[in-house]
Amino acid sequence: MSMSSSLIPSKSRKPRRPVAPFRRHEPGTQPDYFYPTYRATTLRAPSQPLIFLPHTLSEVTGPVFGHSDIHANDQDLTIQHAGEPLGQRIIVRGRVVDGDGHAVSNSLIEIWQANAAGRYAHAKDDHAAPLDPNFTGTGRTLTDKDGFYSFVTIKPGAYPWRNHDNAWRPAHIHFSLFGPAFVTRLITQMYFPGDPLFAFDPILQSVPDERARQRLVSKFDLETTKPEWSLGYRFDIVLRGRESTPFER
Amino acid sequence: MDLTPTPSQTVGPYLHLGLTDTRSISRVAGDGAKGERVWITFRVLDGGGVPVPDAMIELWQADSGGNYVHGNSGTDAVGFCGFGRLATREDGSCTFETIRPGFVPGPRETVQAPHINVSIFGRGILKRLSTRLYFAGEPANAADPVLALIPDERRETLLAQPDPAHTGNWIFDVHLRGEGETVFFDV
Repeated sequence: MSMSSSLIPSKSRKPRRPVAPFRRHEPGTQPDYFYPTYRATTLRAPSQPLIFLPHTLSEVTGPVFGHSDIHANDQDLTIQHAGEPLGQRIIVRGRVVDGDGHAVSNSLIEIWQANAAGRYAHAKDDHAAPLDPNFTGTGRTLTDKDGFYSFVTIKPGAYPWRNHDNAWRPAHIHFSLFGPAFVTRLITQMYFPGDPLFAFDPILQSVPDERARQRLVSKFDLETTKPEWSLGYRFDIVLRGRESTPFER
Repeated sequence: MDLTPTPSQTVGPYLHLGLTDTRSISRVAGDGAKGERVWITFRVLDGGGVPVPDAMIELWQADSGGNYVHGNSGTDAVGFCGFGRLATREDGSCTFETIRPGFVPGPRETVQAPHINVSIFGRGILKRLSTRLYFAGEPANAADPVLALIPDERRETLLAQPDPAHTGNWIFDVHLRGEGETVFFDV
């Protein structure tokens, strides 16, 4: 019998599995919504306090992606066109783990970035820097069984934005991750070590905790670097872990 | 190794390049999915009431039986994936096709009314905003354990309204800030 949505089901209808909630963030380790030096937040950040939501089945489940969601060349941004893009070729490699250090395996990662001149292949980007016909700047991959991923790309350029006088974004690659649940969804940015623009960038500086900010900065990695071919950067990502359940104590 | 979770950063204005130009999902439920078919139009507005043309909305919902497609593959046998993703248009809107979700177990012996879990991303949004969409007129809303957490005067911000001109169509306005501000959750 099909159930009409206007009827509340009997409580015994479905077996109830216990829900293992995810750990909450430590104060200061994530940006606040309202951060006026990043001007756009002043009209887009909520003014009311958030309502604390205990985790239910809706929060601890999430979409799953697989190999059918990935195409050939998705993880090498330098071979997606007839020729090679201009710029410094790099390999970005890292491991995705949860808050307990366990691998987040077979999980979708999507990236996008500007070209070497600091221009996005996007109709709304009007920065007066050249487009590169051989570079779109979009990649995706799945983590392997141990949580590792890698991309081949070119180092993006810094670019100006209109947030404040003479504002420039440090070079960065956007990273989108899902993890195992609705609440582990994360979209962030990876930066490059030693960038002199860090101190002037309100988007990076919106993270109050210095150690948490450092998590967004990749490290030069000689192990990932390929002789006579490409520099390597390491960028590890930590998604939220589960709270320990009474059974695990 | 420090296991503090990696901080969020804004998706910025060019999110389409990586997330929606080739990877939009407007149909959360394929043709074979059981249930009442609905079309939901979201509209995102900023603190000045101006439509936000560069936001992205993601949905996560149960099927009509109240089950989440989780843990094995992304789509069940009848073409229901439970996940949707669209960028907003110039007028701040986007429209998903889906089915009305079923009842999902809540904490203790409660039952959650049909709802869709919603994430909002955008330039000027430093970390994902989370909210829920419920259906106006649904009798089960009165006993929903999550709606019960919300002060009376703000509960209505989570109710999608039926479009009187088009049967099966619903409208859900997201006010990011200020008057009529949508309830957002700390998840």
